[in-house]
Amino acid sequence: MNRFAWLLDRLAYEPRRNAKLALIADYLRTTPDPDRGLALAAMTGGLVFRNAKAGLIRALIAERTDPVLFALSYDYVGDLSETVALMWPGQHGANDVPHLPDVAAGLRNAGKTELPRLVASWLDALDETGRWALLKLITGSLRIGVSARLAKTAAASLGGVPADEVEQVWHGLEPPYTALFDWLEGRATRPEADDPAPFRPVMLSHPIEDGDFEKLDPAAFSAEWKWDGIRVQAVSGTRPDGTRLTRLFSRTGEDIAGAFPDLVEALTQDGALDGELLVMREGAVQSFNTLQQRLNRKTVTVKMLDEYPAHIRVYDLLADGSDDIRALPLMERRARLETFLGRLGSDRFDLSATIPFANWGELAAARADPAVAGAAADAEAVEGCMIKRRDSPYLPGRPKGYWWKWKREARLVDCVLMYAQRGHGKRSSFYSDFTFGVWRTTPDSDELVPVGKAYFGFTDEELVELDRYVRKNTQNRFGPVREVTHTIESGLVFEVAFEGLQRSTRHKSGLAMRFPRISRIRWDKPPREADRIEALEQLLPAGG
Amino acid sequence: MTLARQRSDQIWRPSQLLIPTPAGLYCPPAEIYIDPVRPVARALITHGHSDHARAGHGAVLATRETLAIMALRYGEGFTGERQEAVLGAVTRIGEVDFRFVPAGHVLGSAQIVVESRGLRIVVSGDYKRERDPTCAGFEPVACDVFITEATFGLPVFRHPPAHLEVAKLLESVRLFPERTHIVGAYSLGKAQRVMALIREAGYERPIYTHGAMDALTAFYIAEGAVLGDIRKVASTDRKSLGGEIVICPPSAIQDLWARKFPDPVTSFASGWMRIRARARQKGVELPLIISDHADWDDLQATIREVRAGEIWVTHGEADALVHWCGTVGLKARPLHLVGYGDEGEAESTGEAASAVAG
Repeated sequence: MNRFAWLLDRLAYEPRRNAKLALIADYLRTTPDPDRGLALAAMTGGLVFRNAKAGLIRALIAERTDPVLFALSYDYVGDLSETVALMWPGQHGANDVPHLPDVAAGLRNAGKTELPRLVASWLDALDETGRWALLKLITGSLRIGVSARLAKTAAASLGGVPADEVEQVWHGLEPPYTALFDWLEGRATRPEADDPAPFRPVMLSHPIEDGDFEKLDPAAFSAEWKWDGIRVQAVSGTRPDGTRLTRLFSRTGEDIAGAFPDLVEALTQDGALDGELLVMREGAVQSFNTLQQRLNRKTVTVKMLDEYPAHIRVYDLLADGSDDIRALPLMERRARLETFLGRLGSDRFDLSATIPFANWGELAAARADPAVAGAAADAEAVEGCMIKRRDSPYLPGRPKGYWWKWKREARLVDCVLMYAQRGHGKRSSFYSDFTFGVWRTTPDSDELVPVGKAYFGFTDEELVELDRYVRKNTQNRFGPVREVTHTIESGLVFEVAFEGLQRSTRHKSGLAMRFPRISRIRWDKPPREADRIEALEQLLPAGG
Repeated sequence: MTLARQRSDQIWRPSQLLIPTPAGLYCPPAEIYIDPVRPVARALITHGHSDHARAGHGAVLATRETLAIMALRYGEGFTGERQEAVLGAVTRIGEVDFRFVPAGHVLGSAQIVVESRGLRIVVSGDYKRERDPTCAGFEPVACDVFITEATFGLPVFRHPPAHLEVAKLLESVRLFPERTHIVGAYSLGKAQRVMALIREAGYERPIYTHGAMDALTAFYIAEGAVLGDIRKVASTDRKSLGGEIVICPPSAIQDLWARKFPDPVTSFASGWMRIRARARQKGVELPLIISDHADWDDLQATIREVRAGEIWVTHGEADALVHWCGTVGLKARPLHLVGYGDEGEAESTGEAASAVAG
C-alpha cells in the first residue's frame, strides 16, 4: 500500500505528461503481480467497491473529530479524502501497514457491518499519504491528473506496443490484468479476447481565430452546428457467441452505458458512432440544465428515463459493421453514416445536419442566427459551428488543419459580487466561488438579486487579489459562506460572460445562466452602474 | 496621591489595556501600537516580517535584531527614533510595563508581555514551538490574556519534523543528480533555517541563493548562524548548476529566472505545502512542509501552557481555534485584524507585500 500511495502522491504533484508516463511505467515494471494490476485498475476506474462509499468515511471521521472543526477543515481543504487523511488521529505501529491486494480484497468482500472497523484499522496503521491514497481508492475518484488512457499508454510501453493495442484487448481483461502483463512482457501471446466494442480515441478540434479564415478555402469545408451536450462514442459489436455488446463512452473513454439503457438498447447494428448526447422531448433539444439530470449517475430510474429521454445527434461513423473506416475522408464516412442510420431506424439517433454556405460571411450569418439558418426551435442548444475539412480522416487527438470550432459570442452582463465561498480542487482554500447579482426595483428601493455563480475566468494573480478583497470586505458569515459588501455605493463589479439563459425556479431571480464565468473584474466600476434584471430578462428565449 | 493610589488599585479590564483598531493593537494607557499596519507615532514590533514591521513610524521599540532587519530592508531612515528592547528586561511606558520574550519565529522575534495594575496580556506575535537552529526558542509566559495567531489554526495542519522534510529534499537531490533543486523559501527566516537544517543533515556542497536574500543571509551569518558555503547564483552560470540546491524567494520559483537551470525540480518550504492543492496551485513538485508558525497541536499546547483566562486570536484561521477553545472551556474571541499574513507564510506568492495597507 505504501508504494502505491507513493506513486499516487508523486503523480499528484507531477504536471508533465511524459513524467507521469515514466512514473507509472516504472511502477508497473518494478512492482510484482497482483499489486501492479490492482494499481492499474485503480487508475483506469476498474476498481469499484459496492459497500465502500464516501458516507462510510464521513461516518468514521465523525466518530473521531469535532463536527465544527471537521466542517471548517473540509471547507478549507476542499477534498474529502485529503481532509480525513490529515485529521485522522494516527496511531503509528497500531497495526501492520496493509498490502494493496489485502485492501482490495477487503473492500470487495467485507460486509457492510465489518467494513467500518476494517477501514479504520487500516487508517490507524497508515501515515498521511497512505491514508489519502486509501481514501482515494475507496471514494473511487483519484483526481491525480491521470486518465484511463494515460495509464493504459504507460502499460503499453512495457511491451513497446501502441496504446490502441492495449485498448483493443482491454475489455476482455479483468483486474489484476496478469494476462496483459504476461503478454506485454513477452511471457505469453496476446490475450484472445478481441473486444467487439472497443473505445477509439476521439478527434478534437481547434478554436478558430479571425485570421484563420483568410487561409481556408470555404469550398474545402463542411459546417455543422455545435450542440451544447456531451460528446460520446456509442459502439456496438457482436461477441463470438452471437450476443450483442454495446458501450457508451465519454470522450476520455470511460464507459457510461450503465446510466443510458435507453440508448444501449436502441443501438442494434454493429458500428461505432461519434456524436452529441442530448435530451430530446417531442423532437426538440432540451437545455444543458435538463441534460444534467442524466449525467454523473451510475444507474437510472424508470421515471428519469421517461422524463429525460436521451438521444444522440450523430456526426461521424468510425466503424461500419466490423470495418474500421477512420481512414476514409469525412464525406465518405458521412455517406456511410446516413446509410447506417437509415438501416438502424431508431428515433434515438439522428444525423447532425450540415449548414449550407458558399463563403465565410454566410457561415458567420448562420452562426449569428441559428434559428433562421436551419436550427429552428433547437437554436437555443446551439453553441456555435463546427468547421470540418471535407477530406479529413478521423485522427486521434487534436491534429492541426482538419477541424475547427467557432463558438457563439458570449453574452456579457455587469454584476455585483454578493457572496463568496472557498473553492475546491485547484482553487482550494481561496475564496473563489462567487455569487453575484444585478439590480432590481422593489417598492422600497433597489436591491441586488443573485443571478448566478462563477468560479473561474480569472488568473491566479487575480484570484489572490479577489481572495484578499473578500477577506477585507466580509460583512457576515453564514457557515462557509461570506457575505461581501454590496451596496449602491460600495462593492465589486464583475463583467460576467455566459452562453445562454434559462428560466429557473431554483433561483430567486427566476433565471439560470449557462456556463457563467468572470470575464473581467471591474475594480473601477461603482456598483450602482451594474446591470438591471430587465437587461437579462430580454435575453430569455421566447416562451422558454 | 490618593487618586493615583485609587486608580492603580483598580484592575484594568483587558479591553482597556489593549484594543484592536484598524491600525493594529492599541494600548491606550501607554499610547503605543503593537505591529501597526499603518504609520503611527510609537510602535512596538514583534519581528521583522513586512506585514508586522512597516516603515514610517515615529518611534520603534524592538529587539536589536529586529531593528537591524528593519534597517536592512527599509534603510536606516525606517523610523524617526529607535529603541532597543533587551530580551527579558522591562521597559516602562506610562504606567505599563513591556517585556520582550523570545517567540521562536525568526531571528529577533519576540512576544511582548504587556503588564499593568496586575493584569498581564501576552501578545505572542507569530511563533512556533519546533526547534530552530537560527533563533531563540519560544518561552511560554503565564498570563491573563493570551493573544495568539492562528495561521495554521485548523486540525489539518500538523507539521512533520522539519529534519524529515529536509531529508526528502536531499533524497530527491540524490535521485536526480543532474537536475537543479529550486527551493522557494521566505527571505527572512525560512531561507536561513532551511540552510541550517541542510547543514545539520550533513550536506556539505555549496548552497546557492537568489540575490534577493543576500543581505538577510549575511546578517544571519554575522549573528552566528552556521550556514556553511553560501554562494550567490548571479555570479555563476545557471546552466552549470545541475545537481545543486538553489534557495530563492517563493515568487521566483515560477519565474523565467528559475527556468534557466537544468531541468529544475520545483520545491517550496512552507506550512501551506500540507495542502496538496496549495502545492499544485504554485506548480510545486516537491513540497516541503517546513513552517515558522505553530501547527494545530502546538497552538493548543501553547494555549494550555500559558493558562490564560481569555484567548484572543489575531489572524489566520481564527474560527476553528476559537471554536476549539470553547470546547475545552476557554473564553476566546477572534479579533479579525486585517493586514497580517502577507509575508512569512504568506497567503500570496509575493514577497514584496510590504506596501499592502501601508
